[in-house]
Amino acid sequence: MTGTMRKITVPLIAMLVFLVLWELLVWANGWPNYKMASPSDLWPAYVRYWELFLTMGWQTLWRTVAGLLLAVIFGTAIGMVMGFSRTMRDALYPLLVGFNAIPKATVVPIVALMFVGAHDFNTVLIAFLISFFPIAVSVSIGLSTLEPEYRDILRSLGASQTTIFWKIALPKTLPEFFGALKVAVTLAFIGTNLMEIVSPHGRGLGALFDSGKTNSDYPLMFAVLIALALLGIVLYYIVVALEKIFAGWAERPVG
Amino acid sequence: MTALIDIKGVRHAYDTASGPLPVLDGLEVTVEEGGFCAVVGPSGCGKSTLTRLVAGLMRPDEGEVWLHGEQVRSPRSTVGMAFQNPVLLEWRTILKNVMLPLEIVPGGLKGKAAEDRARYLLSLVGLEGFEDKRPSELSGGMRQRASLCRALVHQPEVLILDEPFGALDAFTREDLWQTMHDVKAQEPFTAILITHDLREAIFLGDQVVVLSGRPARTQYVMEVTRTTKPTIEDLYTPEAAERLNILRHQIEIAQGRAAA
Repeated sequence: MTGTMRKITVPLIAMLVFLVLWELLVWANGWPNYKMASPSDLWPAYVRYWELFLTMGWQTLWRTVAGLLLAVIFGTAIGMVMGFSRTMRDALYPLLVGFNAIPKATVVPIVALMFVGAHDFNTVLIAFLISFFPIAVSVSIGLSTLEPEYRDILRSLGASQTTIFWKIALPKTLPEFFGALKVAVTLAFIGTNLMEIVSPHGRGLGALFDSGKTNSDYPLMFAVLIALALLGIVLYYIVVALEKIFAGWAERPVG
Repeated sequence: MTALIDIKGVRHAYDTASGPLPVLDGLEVTVEEGGFCAVVGPSGCGKSTLTRLVAGLMRPDEGEVWLHGEQVRSPRSTVGMAFQNPVLLEWRTILKNVMLPLEIVPGGLKGKAAEDRARYLLSLVGLEGFEDKRPSELSGGMRQRASLCRALVHQPEVLILDEPFGALDAFTREDLWQTMHDVKAQEPFTAILITHDLREAIFLGDQVVVLSGRPARTQYVMEVTRTTKPTIEDLYTPEAAERLNILRHQIEIAQGRAAA
């Protein structure tokens, strides 16, 4: 009981302390809201635009999740190919690293030109492109570092490669997979917003941020940032919950 | 009686960057049904290759490996393996870990019968009450006991033990030696044990095979006769001391060859 209470109250208190310090910082420096908005400026922004926040927030959320799902499917597939075949790993690794090193902000205008008008598609694509790399790497490492004894135990009984994959390789890779998924969640959000801000089509929280910029509505811009942070926290903890269900065994009991 | 394990004139070399590396050269090992063969030899002399050959995980370049009158060409479910690393699956309970081979072996016990079999073996090695624990909650010695149960659960003809006690402390190791004898009394099996420990070899083996340095061949074979109910005290008799001396001398010869 006290354990779960602590898990909720401690982070909440930390957030409140953060908001108070932020308010104090702005107040003590006497900063105007175009230099830095304070938490008390945000509330009016939310009240005024709550409908926009809901619709735009939903657009950002579903496109991020769609990109992330694609990243999971594609990343896992590439990871499996690289995990099982040394040749494929040697072939694909430099390509993937090179691709990952390209700043995605530079890819946005290219994608926007390539698929003109397909805004939802483009946004999902960028979210996917930015987030599949850690998943692919973690799955490939998880599979390729499987100790040979694990394989031998099943192989000596005459188990097929498929059986070995389902009984051992897959479950053993799950902790690494979820570790990567936590990184990918945040990256996918960055991807979605990159598209929404750099190439805005009036959709998503990124577009709302952009309109705050053009209208010199600084509190709105800060309000969008906080809304993005909230969405990020929600998705992150959904992944944590999934991890507890599917890979809870990897967690050591705290002494 | 025919030999259950028969290794005849086995040669094997690994392909390395600097050409073929011969590891086995003229290996001869014969183990009777119900026998316990301990294999000792200098480090890196190809002992683990031997276990992989018997398990059918690889085939020798030359020579033959026979199990129960059949030549081994591929893995067979009549073999149980335990390694120095107990390789228990962390996401399964101890009971489910022990039951793993039954899920794979054709015609293996299913359902309640499988569970009863696993519970029985766990009680045999003193792990009663730990069935629902995770491997991470057990000590090294207990994990190795569970690994032994898993190797035995499908009633294999041959138990292949690749230094299963190598990473344990001396007291735990002696406990497990005793457990091996207790289990064998209840669950007869034919075993081949790879070890670095000469005391372990003469305490568990009724036959000790000394391999030469790489490439390994059978250098010396010692038959060990023992009392019906072996205890650790048997290791502190004059006969045991003499056997250990002979084996130590044989190992020195093997190492001398490796250096030459």
